[in-house]
Amino acid sequence: MAQLLQHLVNTLVLGGTYALLGIGLTLIFGIMNVVNFTHGVLYTFGAYMMFIVVHQLGVNFFLALPLAIVAGWLLGAAIEILLLRPLRGSDIDTTMLVMIGAWIAMQSGALWIWGGVAKSVNNPFPDAPLVLGPVSVSWLRLFVLAAAALLIVIAYLLINRTKLGRAMRATFQDHDTAALMGVNVSWVYTSTFAIGSSLAAAAGALLGPVYVIFPQMGDLAAVKAFAIVILGGLGNITGAVIGGFILALAEELGAGYVSSGYRDAMGFLIIIAVLIFKPTGLFARAERVG
Amino acid sequence: MNRIATLICLAVFISVPLWLTDPYLLNALITTGIFIIGAMSLNLLLGFTGQLSLGHIAFFGIGAYVSALTSLGFDVPIVGDFHIVHVPWPPIAGFVLAILISGFCGYLVGRLSFSVRGAYFVIVTISFAEVVRLVALNWVELTQGPLALTNIPSITIGLPGLGYLVLKTKLQNYYLVLAVAALSYLLISRLVHSHYGRAMRGLMENETLAVAVGIDVTKTLTLAAIISAGIAGAAGSLYAHYIRIIDPDVFAFISTVTMVIMVVSGGKGSLAGPVIGGVIFGLLPVFLRPIMPPEAQWITYGGVLIAILFVLPRGIVPTLAPLLGLSRKPGGAAAKVAPRAAEEHA
Repeated sequence: MAQLLQHLVNTLVLGGTYALLGIGLTLIFGIMNVVNFTHGVLYTFGAYMMFIVVHQLGVNFFLALPLAIVAGWLLGAAIEILLLRPLRGSDIDTTMLVMIGAWIAMQSGALWIWGGVAKSVNNPFPDAPLVLGPVSVSWLRLFVLAAAALLIVIAYLLINRTKLGRAMRATFQDHDTAALMGVNVSWVYTSTFAIGSSLAAAAGALLGPVYVIFPQMGDLAAVKAFAIVILGGLGNITGAVIGGFILALAEELGAGYVSSGYRDAMGFLIIIAVLIFKPTGLFARAERVG
Repeated sequence: MNRIATLICLAVFISVPLWLTDPYLLNALITTGIFIIGAMSLNLLLGFTGQLSLGHIAFFGIGAYVSALTSLGFDVPIVGDFHIVHVPWPPIAGFVLAILISGFCGYLVGRLSFSVRGAYFVIVTISFAEVVRLVALNWVELTQGPLALTNIPSITIGLPGLGYLVLKTKLQNYYLVLAVAALSYLLISRLVHSHYGRAMRGLMENETLAVAVGIDVTKTLTLAAIISAGIAGAAGSLYAHYIRIIDPDVFAFISTVTMVIMVVSGGKGSLAGPVIGGVIFGLLPVFLRPIMPPEAQWITYGGVLIAILFVLPRGIVPTLAPLLGLSRKPGGAAAKVAPRAAEEHA
């Protein structure tokens, strides 16, 4: 029982960052119909920005987080303007392959600049965990959960309460009609990609200090993000949040009760199972698949 | 590409070892040849049915492991004292089994994943490859996990009345790979010019219309998946017996990407495309290695992929063949369909 409680607490912490990753990808996938293979690289980028800002520039840990998010936002906007804007109207396979090319180039760039040796990011929290009865959780992880929750709420408000969010939702429903109603669809795409990228960078910046950071850390994160998006349904923000927590729960239970070697297989198994049995995702509105 | 050009290309490939004796380059050519076979099989799915399978390396890796395990033997505990024991068989049996089992996996994956299309199909295929990789990594009793399967025997061919020929040298392996590649090319060429091939193109161009005229979608796509996976399995088997050591890294996603780059740069939906693209991209690392560090090579790789999609979106062969007067002359029924298909979907 104590073990189960501990797994549930870990699920909460992990699920928050997974949800951030999922929201970012589901926005890009849903609104732009782009399978974004650079999502994992943005996650890695966020983590390395934390490292650079905290260790090389000597800035405060709490200030580094917003800086990493802004850097992710800028990099995402640059990718969209340089690579995706010239390809508007091409088929989904072409943009997918271009994103794969960008992912390979950027990940190798990270390896070249920062080297393959794993690094860790110092944090200002005490080493001793918070112990509540049978469960213990580190202060850093609590902070990660709180920050992730705050960012999810901000993303939700941005999409549902702002003018940009309304334009994004309109473009998601029908980009031709949205364009006719005076929405600048091209800039909606750029904003969507930048926001999605900044959320991935935020997830990396939050989880980076929890684990160690290395250039290939984003690969698994990207696959997990795909699993979350498919689980939650294309373009569905609430679905992505729930999907993030379900994936975290499956991983925790899989690692705890089956075998830790198959922890990372959970995401893939979820993808395959969902696509075979319910291809629209668990929480989709009646959306077209494919 | 017409028949004469194909034969000239074949003659050039046969004559290569006569004028190229550098073992390092010959080694690069053999591994490139193995990957070209994989790329040709991927082209059958990507270029002729329009399905982008990004888990293709799974069939290659399954072929490699099946072939290696068949020729090495294994002793795997299943439940309690119940073991499955297999005594080593000759490598050529492993080669045949690799084709059959990979083809069967292609059938299973095809049946399960052709119910979804586009981005979803891509993601299912990636997930399949990753699950297979994790099984190869974690089922240590069977696969030795990260410790790798070592001392895989070279392929042996029994010649009636002449005894056995062990294909150990680079030269022998070069011709073995070339023979398998030529056979695969012939098989794919026959298939895409048959009525199944026309059904595949029909599906790619307009699925609704194809269904309306009575094409069985699942059957056609599954057939393509089986043959494609079988050929990829053959390539994996050649790889295992040539390199003679395999570990779960054989399933690396980057290998699928390499094959995709070969197909897309050469020209998807063109028979010669994967061969031309494969020769260029297989040998590119050989020329890049002396002048830049590995990370920069990969950056170049990614950059070249992006550049090709921007500059030559149809690929090298479909763009250059008409200029050189090598496009297929109007003739058989298939030839009438081919140029239109190439124009609209290349």
